Amino acid sequence: MQVKMTVNGEEVTRDVEPRMLLVHFLRDELDMTGTHWGCDTSNCGTCVVQMDGEPVKSCTVLAAMASGHEILTVEGLEQDGTLDPVQQGFMEEHGLQCGFCTPGMMLTAKALLRENPNPTEAEIREAISGQICRCTGYMNIVKAVRWAADHQPSPLAQEVRS
Amino acid sequence: MQVPAPFEYERAISVDDALALLDRLGPEARVIAGGHSLLPMMKLRLAAPEHLVDINDLRDLDYIRTNGSEMRIGAMTRHRTLLESDALEVQFPIFRDAEQVIADPPVRNRGTIGGALCQADPSEDLSAVCAACHAKLVIRGLDGERVVDMDEFHKGPYETSVGPAEMLTEIRLEMRPRPGSAYEKVERRAGDWAVAAVGAAVWMDEDRIADCGIGLSALGSNVLRAHRAEEELRGKPATDETIEIAGRAAYEECEPVTDQRGSAEYKRHLAYELTKRAVRRALERVPRG
Ligand SMILES: Cc1cc2nc3c(=O)[nH]c(=O)nc-3n(C[C@H](O)[C@H](O)[C@H](O)COP(=O)(O)OP(=O)(O)OC[C@H]3O[C@@H](n4cnc5c(N)ncnc54)[C@H](O)[C@@H]3O)c2cc1C
Ligand code: FES
Ligand code: FES
Repeated sequence: MQVKMTVNGEEVTRDVEPRMLLVHFLRDELDMTGTHWGCDTSNCGTCVVQMDGEPVKSCTVLAAMASGHEILTVEGLEQDGTLDPVQQGFMEEHGLQCGFCTPGMMLTAKALLRENPNPTEAEIREAISGQICRCTGYMNIVKAVRWAADHQPSPLAQEVRS
Repeated sequence: MQVPAPFEYERAISVDDALALLDRLGPEARVIAGGHSLLPMMKLRLAAPEHLVDINDLRDLDYIRTNGSEMRIGAMTRHRTLLESDALEVQFPIFRDAEQVIADPPVRNRGTIGGALCQADPSEDLSAVCAACHAKLVIRGLDGERVVDMDEFHKGPYETSVGPAEMLTEIRLEMRPRPGSAYEKVERRAGDWAVAAVGAAVWMDEDRIADCGIGLSALGSNVLRAHRAEEELRGKPATDETIEIAGRAAYEECEPVTDQRGSAEYKRHLAYELTKRAVRRALERVPRG
């Protein structure tokens, strides 16, 4: 069947089997391997991408169900050579070690900051509670998200950019 | 790598369209809502429908609204919407209690109340919540609608009274005077299924419990409500002694089994303790009349 969706602002169309999961569509059909694939059981959250702005586990969404929707993956965070503040935050605060959980964590963080630009530590921990990190102990991930909250581009700068 | 068995995919554009598709495609067709119970089952090949009818475009089933003395919730309302609804919180705070401990935020962005109730997993939380609140369920088929209560809807584990060419479209909650409700769940880790959980709803008349509902989760595959515990509370004054007796009734009438989440005896103890806690908290929330 034909699926057509917007991935990181670009429209893509592919012929796929209805049973293809979104995570495999992104990794195998589009060769965008930034979205990681871990537990396969909807538990670890490394496969999280944004669908119409909301974090979803892409191992539990059919590519067919995503057809007609807007997907944002980790590849879409950097714009014109400028890292997203969330990416910068993970660098500044050492928010990753092996990096396996990082793409999912960053997409959740970005969605959180859009809705709640000044989250508390508890709110950050709640937002990432569906995602598992085996390396960092979460401390630095929380700090990375806080860093991003403290370094959001000003509305004026955003206007100039767009 | 877990991949579902092959199937054909259809996307419904309206409830009538979905019902017509189900009717035409036959009993091997299933609707898919959030997909967060069905897809994991299909990946494990515990389910292998030949056709999926995607109902995610039915935005007109995504609502929480009041209609006279009823709150009405569309079947496609997501967990997240239930969690965040202040209107629901005012009348039935048990929903927010439960939603805070159902799965995790990305799962709650997709999973729906309709999917949760139709999945009828014995450890599912919203079934216990709806049982406690005496919810009525609207089931629609090509020939029209019927309205059933939770006892009739929930046939047993993974089984409901929704027929092959029917859909659950709406959940109705009657708003009665002086309500209070609460949900108490014990889980092993954040976002996990319940070891055991109890939901309680009460409606007060002066200092007596005019009516009540006690819903159970993970406390027996055929036990959705603690009918005897309800009997012990109904018409009685809201005292510690009444609550103690109701807790003991729930202990007696639940039918938990030993599994990796805990022993039957431990879960029985939870039924007793969580019933008391849920009723106490529900009572604390009743507006002074
Ligand atoms: C990691 C994880 C953790 C979870 N933890 C919990 C938890 O702690 N507590 C809990 O209660 N749940 C939990 N869940 C389940 C989650 O809440 C599901 O979203 C929910 O049970 C099913 O909703 P859905 O919309 O995804 O249904 P789907 O998976 O789309 O459908 C489930 C079933 O219902 C049928 N169906 C769906 N909608 C309708 C309708 N309108 N009419 C007729 N039939 C319909 C489908 O055909 C299917 O058989 C968890 C899920 C995951 C993946
Ligand atoms: S791979 Fe999707 S949640 Fe783990
Ligand atoms: S950085 Fe290794 S799992 Fe999170």
